[in-house]
Amino acid sequence: MNKQNQGPLVHIVKRGALPWYCAWGIRAAAIVLALLACALVTTLLTGEDPIQIYATMIKGAFGTTRKVWILFQNIAILLCVSLAVTPAFKMRFWNIGGEGQVLIGGLATAACMICLGDKLPNWLLICTMVAASIAAGAIWAVIPAIFKAKWNTNETLFTLMMNYVATQLVAFFVILWEVPKGAGKIGIINQSTEAGWLPQIGDYKYLLNILIVAALTILMYVYLNYSKHGYEIAVVGESERTARYVGIKVEKVIIRTMLLSGAVCGIAGLLLVGGTDHTITTTIANGRGFTAVMVSWLAKFNPIFMIFTSFLLVFLDRGASEISTVFGLNQSFADILTGIILFFIIGCEFFISYKISFRKSARKEGKANV
Amino acid sequence: MFDFVSFIPRAVVQSIPLLLGSTGETLTEKSGNLNLGIPGVMYVGAISGVIGAFLYEQSLPSAEAMNGVLAIGIPLCASLLGSLLMGLLYCFLTVTLRANQNVTGLALTTFGVGFGNFFGGSLIKLTGSEVPSIALSATSAYFSRSLPFASKLGWFGKIFLSYGFLAYAAIIIAFVCAYILRHTRVGLHLRAVGESPNTADAAGINVNRYKYVATCAGSMIAGLGGLYYVMDYACGVWSNDAFGDRGWLAIALVIFTIWRPNVGVLASILFGGLYILYLFIPTGTNLAVKELYKMLPYVVTLIVLVATSMRNKREDQPPASLGLAYFREER
Repeated sequence: MNKQNQGPLVHIVKRGALPWYCAWGIRAAAIVLALLACALVTTLLTGEDPIQIYATMIKGAFGTTRKVWILFQNIAILLCVSLAVTPAFKMRFWNIGGEGQVLIGGLATAACMICLGDKLPNWLLICTMVAASIAAGAIWAVIPAIFKAKWNTNETLFTLMMNYVATQLVAFFVILWEVPKGAGKIGIINQSTEAGWLPQIGDYKYLLNILIVAALTILMYVYLNYSKHGYEIAVVGESERTARYVGIKVEKVIIRTMLLSGAVCGIAGLLLVGGTDHTITTTIANGRGFTAVMVSWLAKFNPIFMIFTSFLLVFLDRGASEISTVFGLNQSFADILTGIILFFIIGCEFFISYKISFRKSARKEGKANV
Repeated sequence: MFDFVSFIPRAVVQSIPLLLGSTGETLTEKSGNLNLGIPGVMYVGAISGVIGAFLYEQSLPSAEAMNGVLAIGIPLCASLLGSLLMGLLYCFLTVTLRANQNVTGLALTTFGVGFGNFFGGSLIKLTGSEVPSIALSATSAYFSRSLPFASKLGWFGKIFLSYGFLAYAAIIIAFVCAYILRHTRVGLHLRAVGESPNTADAAGINVNRYKYVATCAGSMIAGLGGLYYVMDYACGVWSNDAFGDRGWLAIALVIFTIWRPNVGVLASILFGGLYILYLFIPTGTNLAVKELYKMLPYVVTLIVLVATSMRNKREDQPPASLGLAYFREER
């Protein structure tokens, strides 16, 4: 046999565009496989029947009306942060500083509520809160953008560091404003007057948040797909040189997009502090800035698909925490399951964009030799 | 008067996990892989060591029956194995399957931190043993054993000789890595892979193999950082989330040292010092200011990041293909 003429056993080729149903079929298959792997892991650790485990997960997410509301509230906030980071990602600007931008937005909201709570009429206070949180988030995001645009500073590392600066800033103000002194936390702000609390629609505590984020989703979809700005973002993301060639001011686009990105993160902070928690802690963003990266990437930066991907991740989180309470496991079990599912989905993207062809001639040659 | 004799040893003890983490991450980044999963890898390294030591201690009738070699060897191997598997997973996804490195890294962190906290919280329940908490003081004693004459040498012994063997190993590893990167053919090839995989490939260097080996070795070194933290610094007591954000700080340190592990030895001590500076600066009753001091390592990193990009000196830049997957047929 002539070894030298043989190609490698496995050959990888880049695919052309797959029809959307094939791509989503592969993704669905990956999720099914991931769920099987998760079931296996859970069964090994708890010794329970996997079907029962999934039933528990569904019960944990949808069991009662209250749980459904919490589920939707969590989806809304995660979706909001994901929407915020998406324009930046589309521009290939890796903003993993969502966490810090949300925190700063929340901090600005809390500052308004604490310092101006009894000085302004409620409507004016809420307007100030909105403006302050948006401005704070935008400023926090635009700092790395300016350095990226002017000196090409690595934005992944810059935004990452900004997260911790923001966390410590919040920690500083938490101690400054703590009630009572020495408690190490702020507690519910303006509990008696409810000044600065975002209005509640009917009896539904979370409905306003959900509606705001739904509106944002549509706006972001239109902005990215049907506006001149959205087009410029896409061009800069695909090829910076092309963008310069056709006369797009890349620096301007980077700074503008990050302003938007930070502003939406600021809104997420506003919704968290003003809308639901009415307090601020260093963990209020709860890792959403990082989860949002995955939500956005899994949805291929499409705001509408992001509803499903954020649903998936929140569902897993809620479901897995139900498993941990029912079966007496540690809360972090949710993170393990989320991790496993993410690995599968991340891995499956390979099969969407590449095709594996095995060496064809091997068997024929084998026959010829016989 | 600022108490240097007690400050420096504490800064050094803080710095060792950061040093190991950043040495590992530097090696990884030199191959063009931006492994944001390092915090997760360090958690897995720590908990794997804990699991190994826990099972070993439980299998023995009493602490006296422990064999010194096994007491160190089992956690060490378990930790290396755990972090190696994490490195392999990252490589498989990003190098073989060419997935996005940021997303994979963040998923690895989610998974690793969850894995650590889960097993840290439920190891006792899962193994069905009857101890109240994971306190591996016997194993920890082996890890933190310092030279016998160190305590007799006054301030000199306290500053230079009072650490467990992993601390010295960390410094040696950092210098070895620096040497390999700067002065050997392997290091040259590795840097070529990180700067321009196309060129390296054309020169006949096996890009994927270099990426795999560098990333896995990097993960194992970083995993040792986790092991050091739990076995030496924390005296063998595992508590969830105690490791904190040291993993991210290690990534920050990589930038701070502008991708040079030998600089990392001193820089990590500086970071360790900044990390605990708030304990040593008298702020009186104003606790809030301490939170601002904790910000220092990150602010300093930001300044270095900005300064290196502004100076735009070629030697100080991140590897050119950092964060990009390599596909031979895409030019």
